[in-house]
This record gives sequence, structure tokens and C-alpha cells, in this order.
Amino acid sequence: MSQWIAACDVEDVDLEDVIPFDHAGNAYAVYRSPDDAYFATDGHCTHEQQLLCDGLVMDGVIECPKHNGRFDYTTGKALGAPVLVDVRTYATKVEDGTVYIELPP
Amino acid sequence: MVVVGAGECGTRAAFALRENGWTGPITLVGGEAELPYERPPLSKTWAHKPICDDERLRAADVTYLPGTHATALDPHAHAVTLDDGRTLAYAKLLLATGATARPLPFDGAPVHLVRTHGDVRTLRTRLRAGTRVGVIGGGFIGLELAAAAAALGADVTVLELADRLMGRAVPARIAQTVAARHAAAGVDVRCGTAVTGLAERAGGTVISLADGTSVEVDVVVAGVGAVPNTALAERAGLAVDDGVLVDASLATSAPDVFAAGDCCRFPHPLYPGRPLRLESWRAAQQQGDTAATGMLGADEAYTAVPWFWSDQHDLSLQVAGLAAAATDEAVRVRPDGVELWFGLDAEGRLVAAAAVGPGNAVAKDVRLAEMLIAARVVVPADALADPGVALKSLLRRTPARV
Repeated sequence: MSQWIAACDVEDVDLEDVIPFDHAGNAYAVYRSPDDAYFATDGHCTHEQQLLCDGLVMDGVIECPKHNGRFDYTTGKALGAPVLVDVRTYATKVEDGTVYIELPP
Repeated sequence: MVVVGAGECGTRAAFALRENGWTGPITLVGGEAELPYERPPLSKTWAHKPICDDERLRAADVTYLPGTHATALDPHAHAVTLDDGRTLAYAKLLLATGATARPLPFDGAPVHLVRTHGDVRTLRTRLRAGTRVGVIGGGFIGLELAAAAAALGADVTVLELADRLMGRAVPARIAQTVAARHAAAGVDVRCGTAVTGLAERAGGTVISLADGTSVEVDVVVAGVGAVPNTALAERAGLAVDDGVLVDASLATSAPDVFAAGDCCRFPHPLYPGRPLRLESWRAAQQQGDTAATGMLGADEAYTAVPWFWSDQHDLSLQVAGLAAAATDEAVRVRPDGVELWFGLDAEGRLVAAAAVGPGNAVAKDVRLAEMLIAARVVVPADALADPGVALKSLLRRTPARV
């Protein structure tokens, strides 16, 4: 039974930016798009497990800070070498100024 | 389609040919008798990381010939001869032969040159806590190995000829920060120090210095540059000048032959003057992609801003653009203490940026600077220096075009 976990306040993430969120020993990344929608993915790049939260968010894409592997943060899709494996995404919702992400049990 | 050289560049090109729709044969010829692997981890963490496995090569229907060298190229006959006696006919050929670690100009004692997985495997077995290591050359490879050896408890001395580390690739203040980090880790960094000779003694190897003193070590490592592998191209009559000469789309002087990666020298639109030869992972990767599209008939220039990184101890150094092309500079000190260096040309255009910080702390800012460089933006130096001005906002300004 998946659960909604409170990740951060809506204002914790700048517009078109990303912050890290850790829960139960796992790392996640929470994104705020330029039009104020929130998204979440696994926190590690699928290439060499670098933390995505240190990377640049621009035009719908998160770039891994290490080798610039690019993912569409709204779908998790890997956009080309060196990243070949999509990054896992999680559903999000905003309630009362808090961003929640839906995590598996 | 034939690709000679199975490093980062050649391997990328082989896969890119298939990804871009080539349905015919693709042959990837590699001199090393193992799967293609990443070079950057070798000097940083001694790690061996294959770029792909046999399954991926099979899935892309790339014929991989490891442990095989090309010995002759006949551009007229469109054929390349291999050292196993076979001849491969090609419609298009990519030379991605890379470079070889430059040897020291003198003998006297065994020296470890580091380029391949085999080199690193051998060096690693010689290092343990207390091993005295002499690193000749304070460039990226030498410094990464110095840090990696220090992490194993080795007693490391770096001997650099110039008055500072990493030469013109990195601005002085960044080199200083890096030198301080090595010193804090117990590495003895000696700049302005010329090595004049090596001699084996009972207690170890004696490295003689120009000032008349010497350093005794157990292991000597040399990181004094890399020489592009251009012999095949030269023998075939291609234009070569410290690299196989190519045009903006990476085509050589011979029809249907391309060259890319560490072995090529190409004109860069952002840096007029002498064509560049870049020795970086990113350039190898991206040029492999560009060469592949060129081989398939596209007329696409390689224009990416040069970029590389170096990991030493817990720091990651990143440089975008060419630091040597800057005539002016601006420095931004971030609230976390990290310094971002920006290099400007005489017209006030950003041409380079460099920074060093823990982990991936500098990646985002250097990436934004890279975009500013690509956009040929003229940015006021005070805006660059002001930590209150978001680099992203500078990107979104209407650039002043000259």
C-alpha cells in the first residue's frame, strides 16, 4: 500500500530548481517546474549514482552534475548517452503548502 | 562503417551510427584486448569501468575486434589493414586512435606512465601505506594519481616544472586552491622544480633535480602529457599537425575519413586561431556523436564549448571554455566560500569559467557559465562577480551581440 510522504514546503524549492529529499534511507529529488508544478524522481543518476539535486534544471530537464546525463524530470526518461536507463519517478501532490510524494511501502 | 579506436570516442561513434539509423555493418577496432572502458576513473579511484558489455554490442550489431591494431590505411581503396592480416573495406572510416602517454626524456629507472587499465593495475599493486611515490608532472593525471596514492597512505611528492600546477588550462587562483588541498593531505607539491635524471639505487629510485638536490622514492609515476596517435593517418598521407587535422565537421583531408577525440585537431568557432586538440572525456563523447552523423552524411559542425572535470581528494574541479583565451577575469565568491572564476576576452565576452569545490558543488554554476560562453554573451564583469546576481538570469537577458 503506497503512502503519501511529506517532502517539503512549496517554497523550499525555487522555481525551475531541485532539492534533495531523503526518506527511509533512500534519496529522492523534488523539482518545481517554471509553471509551478512539482515532480519527484529517485535522487541518484542511473549512470553512476551521483546526486541529481546538484545538477541544473532547465527546460524540463535535470542534468546530472557529473557527466551531464540528461533526464526529463517530468517523465524520468533518459535523454541520451551517457544515461541509458530512465530514472524512476513518483507522483506528487500539493496540499496546504506542503509537497507530498507517493512512495511505495 | 569502420571505427579505428575503441576508447570513449570510437565506442560512442559505433553506437551512434546504429542509433542514427545505419543498418549496414559497423566494425569497431580496438587495440586493447578487453571491452571498451572509461579512462577517467582509472586515475581517480583506480576503478575499471567498462563502457558497454558484449550484450550491448550484440544488441547494436557492432562487430568489436579487441586486441587488434590497424597497420595501414588506403584512402583511395577505402581499405584499412589490420595486424591480423585482414583488410576491412569501408564506406566511411573514423580514426579515434586517441593518444599515448608521453615518456620522460631520460632513462635510468622504471617509470609508470598511466593511460590504460593495464597501467593502472600495475601501478596499484606497487602502492601501499608508506610507499614513497614521486609524481613527475603536476597536470591533471599526475595530481589525480597523487591524490589517489595519498588516499592509500603513500608518501607522495609532486614535481612540477612550471611555477604552478596545471598550466594554462586552469587559472592561477584555482591552481592555488588545489595545491593547498594537496598540501593539507600531506602531498609534497614542488613547483618550479625541474627533474634532470633518474637513477636506481639500493634504497629506491633517486630523482635528480635541477637545483642539485634529489628525492628518493620507491615508485616513479610520470604524467607529462599525451601524444596523439597519428602514425596511421600520417603514413596514409593525411594532413597531420600534432593531431589529425580535420575541419569543423571532423572530416580529415582524405575523403570519407573522419577523425575525432584525443587524436584530432579541429577549428573551433568560439576560439579563432590555432585549431584545438582537446583531451577530455566530454569532447571524446560528443565528437564521437558528431563524427557518426558526419559519416552518415550530415553536415554538422562540432561547436560544443570545451569542458572537463578533475577529481582530486574530495574536490572536483571543473573548467568550461579555454582559460588561456581570457584576457580579463571576474571572480565571484559564493556564500559557501567557493570561488567561481570567469574569463573574459577583450570584447567582454565570457570565454571560460573555472571553479573547484567539494563533491559536485560547482557543477551547476559551471554549467550555466558554459551556456553563457556558448551564447557568446557580453556580460558586465561586476554582474559575474556579484553573488546576488543569478547566473541563470544572465542567460535569459538579451545577449549583446557584437
